[in-house]
Amino acid sequence: MTELLKIENLKVNFRTFEGVTNVLNLESLSVAKGESFGLVGESGAGKTTLAYTILKLLPIPPAFVESGVINFEGENLLKKSEGEMQKIRGKKVSMIFQDPMSTLNPVFTTGQQITRVLQHNQGLHKAQAKKRAVELMNLVKLPDPENILSKYPHELSGGQRQRIIIALAFSCGAQFLIADEPTRNLDVTIQAGVLQLIAELIRETNVTVLFIGNNLELVSLICDRVGILHRGQLVELGSIKEVAKHPAHPYTLTLLRAIPKEKREKIDLTQIALKAEERLAEKGCRYAGRCLKKEKICLEEEPALKHIGGTHYIACHL
Amino acid sequence: MRKLLPVETFEAIKPRLKEFKLTFYLLNRNRLTMIAVITVFLLVLIAILAPLIVPYKEHVISGTNPQEKLLPPSQEHLFGTDELGRDIFSRVIYGTRISLETALAAVGLALLIGVPLGAIAGATGGVVDEVIMRITDIFLSFPPLLLAILIAAFLGPSLTNAMLAIAVAWWPWYTRLIRGQAVSMRERQFVRAARAIGTPHFKIVFGHIVPNTIAPVIVQASMDLGGVILTAASLSFLGLGAQPPTPEWGLMVSTSRNYFLNAWWYSIFPGLAIFITVLVFNLVGDGLREVLDPRTRKY
Amino acid sequence: MPSARVERKPKMLKFILKRLALGVLVILGVVIVTFIMTRVVPSNPAAQWVGPRATPEQIQAAKRELGLDQPLYIQLGIYIKNLFTGNLGKSLKTHQPVIEELKNYLPATIELVLLSTVIAALIGLPLGVISAKKKDRWLDHFSRFFSVGAVSLPTFWVGLFLQLIFYRWLGVLPLGGELSTNIKLFYQVPHVTGFLLLDSLITGNMVIFKDALLHFILPGITVALYPIGLVARMTRSALLEILGEDYIRAARSYGLPESTVLWSYALKNSLGPTITVLTLSIGYTLTNTFLIEAIFSWPGIGSYIATSILSLDYPAIMGVTIFAALAYVVLNLIADIIIALDPRVRL
Repeated sequence: MTELLKIENLKVNFRTFEGVTNVLNLESLSVAKGESFGLVGESGAGKTTLAYTILKLLPIPPAFVESGVINFEGENLLKKSEGEMQKIRGKKVSMIFQDPMSTLNPVFTTGQQITRVLQHNQGLHKAQAKKRAVELMNLVKLPDPENILSKYPHELSGGQRQRIIIALAFSCGAQFLIADEPTRNLDVTIQAGVLQLIAELIRETNVTVLFIGNNLELVSLICDRVGILHRGQLVELGSIKEVAKHPAHPYTLTLLRAIPKEKREKIDLTQIALKAEERLAEKGCRYAGRCLKKEKICLEEEPALKHIGGTHYIACHL
Repeated sequence: MRKLLPVETFEAIKPRLKEFKLTFYLLNRNRLTMIAVITVFLLVLIAILAPLIVPYKEHVISGTNPQEKLLPPSQEHLFGTDELGRDIFSRVIYGTRISLETALAAVGLALLIGVPLGAIAGATGGVVDEVIMRITDIFLSFPPLLLAILIAAFLGPSLTNAMLAIAVAWWPWYTRLIRGQAVSMRERQFVRAARAIGTPHFKIVFGHIVPNTIAPVIVQASMDLGGVILTAASLSFLGLGAQPPTPEWGLMVSTSRNYFLNAWWYSIFPGLAIFITVLVFNLVGDGLREVLDPRTRKY
Repeated sequence: MPSARVERKPKMLKFILKRLALGVLVILGVVIVTFIMTRVVPSNPAAQWVGPRATPEQIQAAKRELGLDQPLYIQLGIYIKNLFTGNLGKSLKTHQPVIEELKNYLPATIELVLLSTVIAALIGLPLGVISAKKKDRWLDHFSRFFSVGAVSLPTFWVGLFLQLIFYRWLGVLPLGGELSTNIKLFYQVPHVTGFLLLDSLITGNMVIFKDALLHFILPGITVALYPIGLVARMTRSALLEILGEDYIRAARSYGLPESTVLWSYALKNSLGPTITVLTLSIGYTLTNTFLIEAIFSWPGIGSYIATSILSLDYPAIMGVTIFAALAYVVLNLIADIIIALDPRVRL
């Protein structure tokens, strides 16, 4: 399998008035061509930051990349100029954003926004772009395309908007798709439909996917492999089967326990209620402060990812 | 009788201290704003120490010196002399005091009118609110400079009247600002509690609502100082403010009009003084606004 | 399915009518406030009317003629009644109807204000965009310093300063007025709309147009400075806010070039507040011209009100005030409509 995306030693920090905080610290992570890789973690774990770092859309300042390499098709994205990145964004790497309410520009009709992207990325004429936009609406199963394309975003529902955002992400034949919690801000009733649509499109286009979510169950519907992100670090990595069936890291266990399996299963809340740690400890495991099983070594040494069988890795001393 | 401070005031002190530190940190990062803050302090110092600084104290008010009229800048007269032979440098320095005094008095008076009216309107609601706010709307529909010009014209030209005119033109802005705050205060727990134990209405307004809404108004007022100084100078320029021989900057520029084509220094220096003073006040106001506005605030 | 935009029209009309009614009330308030102000001033309009060497009998007669012997509220009622027929009374000094005098002086002022505002938009908008784009770089510092400087400058002083440089020292531009004296003497000055630059242009009178343009430059720059600063500041702060929005990041993620993102996606979102500020600044600019017209001997209402104020010619003062308030109310209304036109705003 060839690697499409390979991240090494990536460190991203935020500079605030209280000092510098590390938000992303990835030793090694790669996504193979055609693979769907899931990234799971709680809010603030650095998932979206990783997405923005890959596309070089981080707000700098306050964020800055301290070190690292992001190889895409063998070329380091972090070394690319803004002009070179513009040729990659949308065309080779595209992204589905999490908030359909704020992702579309409020003062242009959806049609104007889609044709604008098509005209620029694919050099289409206006009429061609309009035709293609209608096709895209059919692709994401939005009925009455002409009507939808003539509307402003605020005149559409959240589900309709998210389908348009999905259409935009698939509009220019990108080989790598970043989906950042695409169903997070949708009503529960329409989440399934949108998720199914994404799954179908992924299968049809054979695109490589980095799927971000905070729910392991949901991610397992789409992905082959999954990584668990905690405070900017990978704590567990493996195939969906390995991680979902045999979770090894205490944090993954907590994440899994937070989802009720049976209808009336009683959840021991003390087991899933994690203390919010304000600051990172200077040494030791980043999870130690919240870990129920921590030992002395956890406070002193930072664990590295270790192989525990198959394609399964965890970063834990225990 | 003991003055009761609302409990929330105490609760609010700790985060406010952190807020203050953060504000200062952010201001400090913006060098332009910091230079302006320092200049404002310098100007205040100059205003206070004016009598000690000026080289020709007798030139400030009257004291003519016809042999030395309209001399260009030199060692003896840094900014040159005017048509009566007075030292322009001394008069400009003294003008700092006049401008700052006028502006502070005008804004203070505007606050004195605007704050109680706004607090009463917001806290009372109903017809009282409606009447006060409609009157405010009428005043707000005059361009402020025009209103100040009109009032100054009708009151008769003098510095005090110019100050009164500016206050009358400015109060509605504060009324509107504090009313909005007061409305949101009306249903807060401590106000309800005070009402429940039978505190008289005016005591609720001035004992509870005003102290809790005054902060943003004070910030706004300090940002307005630049504009007020400019308006006062404009009134004097039109002959509606300070009268000769007062060393007021706007008036000095105004009298210089008959001589400036052959004596550039006469109008340049007083005008520059107005510009720099208004500029530093506006820069501080701008910096404060950017730092205090959560939408543009960046760490 | 009926489009939402079709439903907007009657709502829009209702909104405008409501604002219009409110505007009429405000104007009425302005009339009453100014009227009362003119009457509490210790002055004697009747004596002014008949001149300095009048007998007490003549003054009494003038009082009756001007209706000054009536109670205050009746005077006010008569004034408001006349207002609806466009009668603003007669100037105490010239004995001419105020409305006719306003008609003479207004075009010069309106031309100065509107043209300067257009210039301000053309300079201020790009300045604000560049400033936001290059936030905290030297270009931003320069542009911010310039725009804060522009609103801090005493305009009357700028006028003198420009005269000193371009008239006295460089000798390339005229000192003041709307036209050179010899041009006024030797040429037939066209009068179609009353706007000199426009009139000379449409009648093809290039000599007059060129002369008028030369006379316009200095007062035009002086008047434009304030709105330039205002627009640049507003555009910058609106854009800074918008550039942090999700849809801007999304637009970049689709590979759109930075120029499209900035000048189309972001700028269109910031136009609302910017145009609002520009519209409202016209009201301020209007009063600012009162100072500037005096310096450049510009034959507009600024010069008119300056002389009226000094002689306490209260019908003239009230006339100008009502006009200014009217302009202010109309501009506010336009600003509100612009905001309401934004597709995001649902009335």
